[in-house]
Amino acid sequence: MAKNETIGLTLAGAFDETSLRLPGADLAWLDALRSQGIESFRTHGLPNRKVESWRYTNVGALEKHGFAPQEEAAPLLALPEGAALAIEGACRIVFVNGRMRADLSDLDALPEGIEAYSLAEKLESDGELEDLIAPASKERDGALAALNDAFMADGLLLCIAAGATVETPIHLISVGVPVAGQAVAFHPRNLVVAAKGSRATLVESHIGAGEGAYFSNSVTDIRVENGATLTHAKLQDEGAQAFHVALGRVRIGDDAVYDNFTLNRGAELARNEIHARIDGTGAECRLNGAYLATGRQHVDNTTVIDHKAPGSRSSEVFKGALDEKARGVFQGRIVVHRGAQQTDGHQLNKTLLLDRNAEMDTKPELEIYADDVKCSHGATIGELDDMALFYLQARGIDMATARDMLVSAFLNEAVEELRDEALADAFRARIEGWVEARHEVQGEKAA
Amino acid sequence: MALLEIRNLHATVDDKPILKGLNLTMDRGEVHAIMGPNGAGKSTLSYVIAGREGYEVTEGQILFDGKDLLEMEADERACAGLFLAFQYPVEIPGVTNTTFLKTALNAVRKARGEGELDAMQFLKYVRGKAKPLGIGDDMLKRGVNVGFSGGEKKRNEILQMAVLEPTLAVLDETDSGLDIDALKVVAEGVNALRGPDNSALVITHYQRLLDYIVPDHVHVLADGRIVKSGGKELALELEAKGYAEYVGAEAA
Repeated sequence: MAKNETIGLTLAGAFDETSLRLPGADLAWLDALRSQGIESFRTHGLPNRKVESWRYTNVGALEKHGFAPQEEAAPLLALPEGAALAIEGACRIVFVNGRMRADLSDLDALPEGIEAYSLAEKLESDGELEDLIAPASKERDGALAALNDAFMADGLLLCIAAGATVETPIHLISVGVPVAGQAVAFHPRNLVVAAKGSRATLVESHIGAGEGAYFSNSVTDIRVENGATLTHAKLQDEGAQAFHVALGRVRIGDDAVYDNFTLNRGAELARNEIHARIDGTGAECRLNGAYLATGRQHVDNTTVIDHKAPGSRSSEVFKGALDEKARGVFQGRIVVHRGAQQTDGHQLNKTLLLDRNAEMDTKPELEIYADDVKCSHGATIGELDDMALFYLQARGIDMATARDMLVSAFLNEAVEELRDEALADAFRARIEGWVEARHEVQGEKAA
Repeated sequence: MALLEIRNLHATVDDKPILKGLNLTMDRGEVHAIMGPNGAGKSTLSYVIAGREGYEVTEGQILFDGKDLLEMEADERACAGLFLAFQYPVEIPGVTNTTFLKTALNAVRKARGEGELDAMQFLKYVRGKAKPLGIGDDMLKRGVNVGFSGGEKKRNEILQMAVLEPTLAVLDETDSGLDIDALKVVAEGVNALRGPDNSALVITHYQRLLDYIVPDHVHVLADGRIVKSGGKELALELEAKGYAEYVGAEAA
């Protein structure tokens, strides 16, 4: 097929040279994986609007910025204060521009039942990761996942021991640090294995330090084995000019629970994509989230849930508020495969438009090949309720505060999906922060 | 000076004239009742007083405590001591009743030049007001009016009134949909607020509520105007005869 030769050229960079310097360059299987990745990316280029799953999200700007793979670790002396989620007592593992920074992490204080490594180090010290690193990204994972295959250099390798109940949350903090004169791209590859019967919580904070553009393009492969429960919560609060693309590929075993929540509020463009495959009977998959965007921000939540085993449940609640000229996208696909009887799948997407110029595209898709299933989906896009605003005002509450209260209340309904109260509080605080910041901007405009 | 003075009030909704030259004067400490047939403009009057958007005043004036009410935003009116008990209280999912009441009370206290109450002080205060109305902690913790029965919603209105202690409470058909026991609770709430500085304007279709909240003055509202005023016996007369006489006057 004829392709536009220029698309994605900078992103692909000087792969042949760069790849020789990547961790694990001497591993034949990894070399093959990377080569397949770059070939796939060069063939397809950046996704364009003709690719259905990228129809509403234009990543052409990635090329315009001239992002190129990052080779040197960026200097960062300390974590920016208050930027990551406030999770009391969590064990922190810090990455700067995709590279693990042991000096900023709590690696020597890992809780019992947890093993955590830098993927780069592991690739250099032993090559026995072939089974863990999933086979080359498939077409449906998209060209950016293929690019991640090609340039994966580091990431978190997290193993939760069979039967372990780990109370201490593991907090992955990814800091994007713009480098002067360079449009830095990094491609973290994380692997998470929640072994049989384990229980643990993984929290991610994606934050930025300093002004400027950078591109974080991560792939996270997650296995939730039989009877395991993994709570996985993420804050995306990247720098204002950052690009954030994240793909999570999740496999869920018998009676296992994968409980995900994502709050998107940073970055110029963010795409948070999750492909969850339910392989086990009696399994549960929960994908929830909230999104906040203003200015010209673009935020995309794309999910695919494959029910491949009978008697499994999935539920999704995504709620967002879009202000000014922000654009939101929600694509939620639920596939109930043949034989996946007694599937229970529910999906809900609700968006509040706070400005006439804001835009939301929402696309629920149900594909059902079994006959004994319960599936539902719903999507609403609306404005703040005038009557509710008047009711609050009639009790002495000024208009701006009344609006704030209603926006927070709307979003908190998504946060309530979090079963862990401490996590819910941490996310609520970030939503309040956004609402307050917006309040100030509105106040300045009015003045 | 009168507490409330409405002069020649004309108001439209969607360009349709509803109030057509309404005059009403209330003094401090008085309870007035406005009765009238459906479509007379009762709810419009309450919304115009409270400052709801879309209710346009085309002529006339409302003075509240000597201030030009129509120049004030809805929240400023509430902070100045005005309260509207809604005919249809609004459900607000995600905002707890407690947060709502606390935010409202502190806004009003601030306007009065009083300090804000902290969480503990507030809880103590609101529980004291909630108890006589049969409102327990569970109703305070729930979303505002969410899943409340009709009677619970009306009691919640009265709780808000009791918490904010307005100088003028406008009750818009607060009796609608209430059984006799709920009606008594609501009436006791209103009577508890009565005092030399606190007044109420009770808007109702039926005389029943006025057995429990005994008014000083009764007015008949028909076709956007006060067509008759009298003492509390006027309510009984209306109960006996109905509104036919006034509706007839309209048609004529």
